[in-house]
Amino acid sequence: MSTQTTSADAYAADAAPAPSLDGNAASSIASSYDRPDATPGAASAASALQSTRLSSLDTLESEAIHIIREVVAEFEKPALLFSGGKDSVVMLHLATKAFWPGKVPFPVLHVDTGHNFPEVIDFRDRTVERLGLKLVVGSVQEFIDRGELAERADGTRNPLQTVPLLDAIQRNKFDAVFGGGRRDEDKARAKERILSLRDEFGQWDPRNQRPELWNLYNGRHTVGQHVRAFPISNWTELDIWRYIERENIELPSLYYAHDREVFARDGMWRAVGEVSQPLPHEEVITKLVRYRTVGDMSCTGAVESDARTVADVVVEVAASTLTERGATRADDRISEAAMEDRKKDGYF
Amino acid sequence: MSTETLAAGLETALPTTLFRFATAGSVDDGKSTLVGRLLHDSKAILADTLDAVARTSADRGFGGEKGGIDLALLTDGLRAEREQGITIDVAYRYFATDRRSFILADCPGHVQYTKNTVTGASTADAVVVLIDARKGVLEQTRRHLSVLQLLRVAHVIVAVNKIDLVDFSEQVFRDIEADVQKVARELGLGREDSHAGGVADLFVVPVSALDGDNVVDRSERTPWYTGPALLEVLETLPAADELEAELESFRFPVQLVIRPQGALAPDAVAAGLDVEAYRDYRAYAGQITEGSVKVGDEVSVISPGHEPRTTTVVGIDFAGQSLEEAAAPQSVAVRLADEIDIARGDTIAAAGTVRESTADLYASLAWLSPKPLREGQKVMVKHGTRTVQALVRNVTGKLDLATFNVEPASNLELNDIGHAQLRLSAPLPLENYLHHRRTGAFLVIDPIDGNTLAAGLVKDHPGDHEDERYVI
Repeated sequence: MSTQTTSADAYAADAAPAPSLDGNAASSIASSYDRPDATPGAASAASALQSTRLSSLDTLESEAIHIIREVVAEFEKPALLFSGGKDSVVMLHLATKAFWPGKVPFPVLHVDTGHNFPEVIDFRDRTVERLGLKLVVGSVQEFIDRGELAERADGTRNPLQTVPLLDAIQRNKFDAVFGGGRRDEDKARAKERILSLRDEFGQWDPRNQRPELWNLYNGRHTVGQHVRAFPISNWTELDIWRYIERENIELPSLYYAHDREVFARDGMWRAVGEVSQPLPHEEVITKLVRYRTVGDMSCTGAVESDARTVADVVVEVAASTLTERGATRADDRISEAAMEDRKKDGYF
Repeated sequence: MSTETLAAGLETALPTTLFRFATAGSVDDGKSTLVGRLLHDSKAILADTLDAVARTSADRGFGGEKGGIDLALLTDGLRAEREQGITIDVAYRYFATDRRSFILADCPGHVQYTKNTVTGASTADAVVVLIDARKGVLEQTRRHLSVLQLLRVAHVIVAVNKIDLVDFSEQVFRDIEADVQKVARELGLGREDSHAGGVADLFVVPVSALDGDNVVDRSERTPWYTGPALLEVLETLPAADELEAELESFRFPVQLVIRPQGALAPDAVAAGLDVEAYRDYRAYAGQITEGSVKVGDEVSVISPGHEPRTTTVVGIDFAGQSLEEAAAPQSVAVRLADEIDIARGDTIAAAGTVRESTADLYASLAWLSPKPLREGQKVMVKHGTRTVQALVRNVTGKLDLATFNVEPASNLELNDIGHAQLRLSAPLPLENYLHHRRTGAFLVIDPIDGNTLAAGLVKDHPGDHEDERYVI
């Protein structure tokens, strides 16, 4: 039986060149299909089409693009939840492919906890500019300032995102919101539908979900309800990284190994920052780290890593023995059903 | 990654392909344990998840003094499931081997088994049905197999579980195997027919999910069984789209029209897109549901209220790549030679391969809602990318899943599978599900609350029945 580590070699071999705007037809076909003998150039386009199937990444990409187009076609006013995190970056990349050569036909929505990493906010703004998108921001800080949200005792703001999120959805009359949730992230997410209906309060009712059949998605909803759409539901963390590598997708720099001042808390390395200060007994040291998930600075931990390039990260993720949330998210350690409880309240 | 590792990878490994399968069976059959075992032995379970399961197992005293890990806990998703020790909803799991990435739809068996099995099986390349070796083929097994036959699942694998509890007896296994084959024959499910319309292959494998026999590796404790272990079967079976590729003609339901009219993507323009050349760009975006298409192919455009119009494919685009050809299940954008009014809901198909659209729909319905179906009811039908209103003219029968007989009925209730005739508000290019797992499928939707009421499978009109095996 194979291990995840040997699979990484297969993934490396799967890397295809990023699509070019003027790529000629024959090479495009060859790169879209598995090569029967894995020797570049040896397979003619015709034999590749007859004798092989789409690679798993191509199948997942095709499925995601189908879902994104369905939602755009069937909803009045969709938006894409964009945090600058890798999953939302991949989702936005898929959207650009779905509507090429046209613009992505919906705005992006960011719920800003006020505790974000500055390089992620910078990346967000550059991306929105590059793609000519409208950015809608829901601010946790503004809700706290107005007294509509209270700071938690532990200082974590991730759970506070739900209220500004629902507020932004209502005020902008978004009837569908794309999320980068993946079913392999968490056991509650494993039961999430690709199109998931939310009631007037944004709540998820896991016991009363619509069956999802074939590739026919039912997005019908009534006034006040909205739908969360998860086009990359079926992707794993490794798929995401293999795709980022294959498509040459830019990410915020903190996903790659860098030196950073950190201190140990709850078994994780926390970055030193304005909102993330060590207690007197917590020693600050400089370590080579990277982030596996990017969220609120006050609850997201870094992992020790020397993976400086995307290829290094693919190898590291393939060999990892911890789940990404287990390794890096304090908020998911609160209880066995932490994610389920937040989702029921309207969280992603 | 070092150059050496990369080179070694290139020599030995092909890119992985995706394979979707579902499991059907009840907790009592050890389904959760089997799924846990597959995930565990294929090393898809990471250390922190396993630690949590080990802690819970110990807290509950699993395995008595001997201890051990209750693998079934790996698949409990929701709080209510953990509290009640049952599985409520279909859960999706992911694992990979050298050859394949797997998507597993874990379908609970006790509650709403038809709803869950239909859901899981609708996208599956294969379904694993569990049988408890001590109990053999039960009515539930017959029901499961019957649903799989109806949905035309390409491969059915029957796992005879708890073989350790019958002392690895060959006789017990052979008796169950014979019973399974008998049921399969009654259903028309089986190897002889595997090339006719996607009718399933059938495998019967003796396993012990608890101990891992024949799950990932072949077991020495069943020397009389010379076939492959369960995972070997899953790794080597052809996926449904491979089987169907040669049988099917090009079908492409249009999702939307891409017509930027000058609003080109700034990143594409920055990368050198010729703005003038793309000013009048118009392409039809969708996912190929069946067959394949090449540039230069003649196609028919099927729209309601029109005779099929014939034109030629002049381009197949995918995000800046020009493809010479494309096949299911690729998402692409197709350009056509003639300016034809085409909108979402229309279908582009290989010329001359689609029969006339019809507003009379004869179908099998798997009823998935607690609200029963009544004759005279108004519903919505979603087929491909088109949704139309429909009137339920009559219910013509209900399938007894245990005996496979069709019995008279005038309504359908949750978990029933029956036959009905519907009148549509607009004609649709319907195709027999027997031969078209995608274009023969539709949803029945409640126009009041928008919920999905039923999974629909198109049948031929009475009178042009060409295939007598299509009895269900």
